[in-house]
Amino acid sequence: MAATADAVLAELRERVSAAHRTRQALRLKGSGTKDFYGESLAGEVLELRAHQGIVDYEPSELVITARCGTPLSQIEAALAAHGQFLAFEPPAFGADPSLGGVIAAGLSGPRRVYAGAARDFVLGARLLTANGELLRFGGQVMKNVAGFDVSRLLCGSLGILGVITEVSLKVLPRPRAEQTVRLELTAAAAVESFNRWSALGLPISGGAWWQGSAWVRLSGAPPAVRSAREGIGGEAIDAASAQAWWDALRHCQLPLFDSRLIWRLSLPGAAPPLSLPGEPLIDWGGALRWYADPAADADVRAVASAAGGTALCWRGAAPAGRFHPLPPVLARLHRRLKERFDPHGIFNPGRLLAGL
Amino acid sequence: MAEADIAAALRTFLPEDCVLSREEERRPYECDGLTVFRQLPGVVVLPRTEQQLQQVLLTCSRLKVPVVARGAGTGLSGGSTPHAQGVLLSCARLNRILEIDAHERIARLEPGVPNLRVSEAAAVHGLYYAPDPSSQVACSIGGNVAENSGGVHCLKYGLTVHNVLGVRGYTMEGEPLELGGRAPDGPGLDLLALAIGSEGLLMIVTEVTVRLIPRPPCAQLVMASFADVHSAGTAVAAVIAGGIIPAALEMMDRKATAAVEPFAHAGYDLSAAAILLIEADGTPEEVADQVREIEQVLRSAGASTLRVSGSEAERLRWWSGRKNAFPAAGRLSPDYYCMDGTIPRRHVGEVLQAIERMEARYALHCMNVFHAGDGNLHPVILFDANDHDSWERAERFGAEILELCVQLGGTITGEHGVGVEKLNSMCVQFSPAERAAFAAVKEAFDPAGLLNPGKLIPTLARCAEYGRMRVHHGALPHADLPRF
Repeated sequence: MAATADAVLAELRERVSAAHRTRQALRLKGSGTKDFYGESLAGEVLELRAHQGIVDYEPSELVITARCGTPLSQIEAALAAHGQFLAFEPPAFGADPSLGGVIAAGLSGPRRVYAGAARDFVLGARLLTANGELLRFGGQVMKNVAGFDVSRLLCGSLGILGVITEVSLKVLPRPRAEQTVRLELTAAAAVESFNRWSALGLPISGGAWWQGSAWVRLSGAPPAVRSAREGIGGEAIDAASAQAWWDALRHCQLPLFDSRLIWRLSLPGAAPPLSLPGEPLIDWGGALRWYADPAADADVRAVASAAGGTALCWRGAAPAGRFHPLPPVLARLHRRLKERFDPHGIFNPGRLLAGL
Repeated sequence: MAEADIAAALRTFLPEDCVLSREEERRPYECDGLTVFRQLPGVVVLPRTEQQLQQVLLTCSRLKVPVVARGAGTGLSGGSTPHAQGVLLSCARLNRILEIDAHERIARLEPGVPNLRVSEAAAVHGLYYAPDPSSQVACSIGGNVAENSGGVHCLKYGLTVHNVLGVRGYTMEGEPLELGGRAPDGPGLDLLALAIGSEGLLMIVTEVTVRLIPRPPCAQLVMASFADVHSAGTAVAAVIAGGIIPAALEMMDRKATAAVEPFAHAGYDLSAAAILLIEADGTPEEVADQVREIEQVLRSAGASTLRVSGSEAERLRWWSGRKNAFPAAGRLSPDYYCMDGTIPRRHVGEVLQAIERMEARYALHCMNVFHAGDGNLHPVILFDANDHDSWERAERFGAEILELCVQLGGTITGEHGVGVEKLNSMCVQFSPAERAAFAAVKEAFDPAGLLNPGKLIPTLARCAEYGRMRVHHGALPHADLPRF
């Protein structure tokens, strides 16, 4: 397996070096489940799926290291066998995503604001750069402040700085107990309650609202979950139905996601309801709000900015790009970083930022 | 440019008392918490407002004068060692708590706010700021951001990078910059992750937004003794493997307990080769459950004695020994040198034994305190700074420990930073291409290279020189480490 992985990696290095020499744009592809995500898809496809396999997993270290092409399902199965999991709950869209794609996109599921985001669990990464060099940043340890935190920078970079060939992630033990409750609340009351309960220290690991119902997931030590459940009230949901609901939310499989135009707004967690027509799907205890098919004249970006957040056009045609525009000073820093890591602009051109 | 001219340029817009140029005024700024590195700064500025700070940067950028930022000066790697011809920019007077939103559970802070003051201010709401470096009474939030500081509760509650939501500040060119914020996962690259732990090389932070969390209603400490360090190490792994994430998991070896006990009177078992301090926090029921589990695991891992704190006073007394470990070193020896390597937990025993062998070789004593839960070692090497040979041996001893950490898959610094202290060790941990990537990041933020120059990223020449020296001395045994 090691020899095979080395051979695959050697071939990737060859391909990337050649592309750098000939200034051939490359479109990095794991499982291709997130082709919809990003500004544009351009370049010759560079398949990364073959570079796969778990390199190291020692449950007592709480760290797993795997190659970029490793299917997420394989990683989750390995962790589950030891009662552990990826606490950022990466979403999967349709087929089985690759670890490289999960980290390059940097998306996180319902536990985002409670357990941390994908980037919070990245401990180290290996990067194949434009000139074919393999760099290692971070490591397999919990605390590491040697050098700039490039491995976290790669999380969410959509491959524009190079090929993430290997990632080390912090993993956590699965909570001993979990209980989901549903309450009938307005959106405003739900967001207010999620924040209030969090401030009280209740062991919340999911806070979502949809169509008049607030869903609260409690995770942790059995006594803590029990007493929180009594404090919150509401209707207890059986484990299977709860799992189905959180999975559908995590993987964007609720009916709302069949809409043609979907916006994803990231806001301060306690932001009041927005002045947008239509009801949102709320996640992350209020910090994430999905809107389907808003009125044609709604200026979603302006509304998000006014509320202290940003808006991402998840699906459908956005007026000025998919991602919320960056302030000029940040856009300039992006350009300077890109020029230095990828001087000929071969990696995923235009995917994270138009023209970059 | 002459220092007097720099001071004059700064005095055109800063009040007299914000610019220190006389030698006796500059002297207190010549070092940070790592006192073996000293350099008198050219000029010291202490702006009172963000606007003044921006003006300082604009002026220094125009005059091409290096700028070194300083928080409370408690850093342990010489990260704020001044530049002889540069400006030392103290953020100490930017020390207001701008906002605490108890409902959203965030605080907005100026960089000079001391770490502990955040938790004190949030206490009325039942909230606190989790990262708790041992210098938390004094160290500032701005410095914590620069160093990505940790503390004893990182395993469960994370480092600074996990608890800071956003920063505002300025580039060296004086341009305002906002990274991250109250809304999670904004567009673009995660530049906030780069800024945190960037040791003052990328930007100057003027506002930090942190996450506050509810103070757990109850905490209890388990103290376990082990007859040898190996079984203590195994016990640590067993706790984690048992699915337990304690609030803190600390180890002290016999030399450390012997050093602190005479004046901390913590009640440590001085016959044990190593003790573990394991804290459970949460509701009383949760804590009772977890303490029971921890006791079980430790017993099967061979703990010789096991005690559980019976009161808050006892819990704090047991902690007091650990928290006073470094001052205790100061009682044993004129000077001490605290290392900060991190290793995969499973190698704890091995590393402690290797350190014991090094003690003999360098003819210096070393006591070990250890954030065992995160594999972060703090070997404390005792030496005498008045004896130059003693310091040289201490420095080489420290470097060898760090090389061993790298060799075992760890890192040269877990929470103290590189600063000037670990520049040589950076040559060991990173390849030339990796160091070039760090330089590229630096250039992107600070093309003129004026912010904290000479820190964090060693030059090629320095690494070449260090490589030659190591071969020449032949004192370092890790011949199998990759060379450059």
